[in-house]
Amino acid sequence: MLTEKLTVPTVFDVEQIRKDFPILHQTVNGKPLIYLDNAATSQKPLAVINTINDYYERYNSNIHRGAHHLAQLATEAYENARQTIAEHINASTKEINFVRGTTEAVNLVASTYGRKFVKAGDEIIISALEHHSNIVPWQMLCEEKGATLKVIPINLAGEIIFEEYQKLLGPKTKIVSIGYVSNALGTINPVKQIIKEAHKVGAVVFIDAAQALPHQKVDVKDLDCDFLGFSGHKVFASTGIGILYGREILLEVMPPYMGGGEMIKSVTFEKTTYNELPYKFEAGTPNIEGGIALGAAINYINSIGLENISAYEHQLLEYGTKKLLEIEDLRIIGTAANKSSVLSFLIKGVHPYDLGVLLNEQGIAVRTGHHCCQPLMDRLGIEGTCRASLAFYNTFDEIDALVAAIKKAVTKLK
Amino acid sequence: MNKPIQEIEDEIVEEFELFDEREGKYDLIIDMGKKLKPLDPKYLKEDYLVRGCQAKVWLHAYKEGELIFFEADSDAIITKGIIALLMRALSGQKPKDILDSQLLFIDRIHLRALLTSQRSNGLTAMIQRIKAYAGAFA
Repeated sequence: MLTEKLTVPTVFDVEQIRKDFPILHQTVNGKPLIYLDNAATSQKPLAVINTINDYYERYNSNIHRGAHHLAQLATEAYENARQTIAEHINASTKEINFVRGTTEAVNLVASTYGRKFVKAGDEIIISALEHHSNIVPWQMLCEEKGATLKVIPINLAGEIIFEEYQKLLGPKTKIVSIGYVSNALGTINPVKQIIKEAHKVGAVVFIDAAQALPHQKVDVKDLDCDFLGFSGHKVFASTGIGILYGREILLEVMPPYMGGGEMIKSVTFEKTTYNELPYKFEAGTPNIEGGIALGAAINYINSIGLENISAYEHQLLEYGTKKLLEIEDLRIIGTAANKSSVLSFLIKGVHPYDLGVLLNEQGIAVRTGHHCCQPLMDRLGIEGTCRASLAFYNTFDEIDALVAAIKKAVTKLK
Repeated sequence: MNKPIQEIEDEIVEEFELFDEREGKYDLIIDMGKKLKPLDPKYLKEDYLVRGCQAKVWLHAYKEGELIFFEADSDAIITKGIIALLMRALSGQKPKDILDSQLLFIDRIHLRALLTSQRSNGLTAMIQRIKAYAGAFA
């Protein structure tokens, strides 16, 4: 029960919005499901689910290659989705590549731009906050090329130390790759300033926006980033689809990633020429329904309004933080001044895994462990955390239920 | 000499049968975990780690006469409870009896239904390590 009444934007009717998400209305172990694992994956509104059903019921067909009616409908829907996504992040369609997810976006840039332009002795900069997907591809590239991976240090609040970043930059820096929002801690990085500094030394910047897109406006022109990746399944669309944005002049000079159908202009055994952007990086039959559904997901969140979503989630975050800190021996991990709606925490004397298991017994879905950020956990001197990550369909009552469930679990575990 | 493994397993099943609800079974496992004797810190090292779970598990084995004894610990209470069950069934037994044991009590108390797939893998890893020790000491 809410003990205080909070003012929320009146345009935001969360109960109405929740009706759009069928999966939220079920019980787990006899208790109402409370889904607080949105940083791992988001739930899907009917608008997205129905789009996928409609695609397979009405017009499934391979795209870009058929003369028939269904093929035209499918191609149109796919390319309209690309247009929607391009407009959403203020890019042109030539700069929008459909990939499988953020991990593939990073790997694509490392394998193509990285392989071509990074040489022995060059440097690549990442931060200590990064997800493994924004570490390992760069490690692999550095190993292959004889380049060095440098890591921006963080403070104990989970913020990058900007002055240290500036010291790392130099004439050898070729690529800077940074998460916009930390999946483990919720830290929002000062990416615009990071990009500006990197450009001063002639380095390109990749932004991992997987945890940013679901919660806030992202404008690639305003950021002036060179590459940006995000995953459909985190932004209320299906799995197996994501986007790589790349500045057109860079994508033009990058060699292809995968070879095959679609990405070619002409093929002979003597020589093959490649297709123009954006198709150069889209070999084979793609996840067509995923691309179309991603367009539907973007339209859905825009129908609610990102400003409304951000404002509501900010209130949830503040409320959640306040309520969690009332629990004895609980400490929030990730206390950056600028945060997204992630609540990572530890309770003294309680293993996060045990807590996660007992929360599940009460119908609450959180994530425990290192959150695919082992180096970050090492830096913070911990094995892992318990993480509740919020979305715009979570409620204040759900936060109250989380707090009550934690208290109940802790009395058993201590 | 410890009771035969089968007899211990039957006792464990009887104790769990008192609880219909999952919550009761968890409470019992947690209680067992709290009562597990802590492992000597000299064994809380990499060499004794059993991999396969989000929680850490250390396992130490030694032979006394013809019997093998196990001591184990974890940083998570529910894992300690599971360890306690395994120690109860298998510690102080002959290598051959450990190797032959099918540990059917695990299915009889529906333990795996209470465990995440990660923890279930961890349980399997622990059993495999225990049996490996039994094989080595046989």
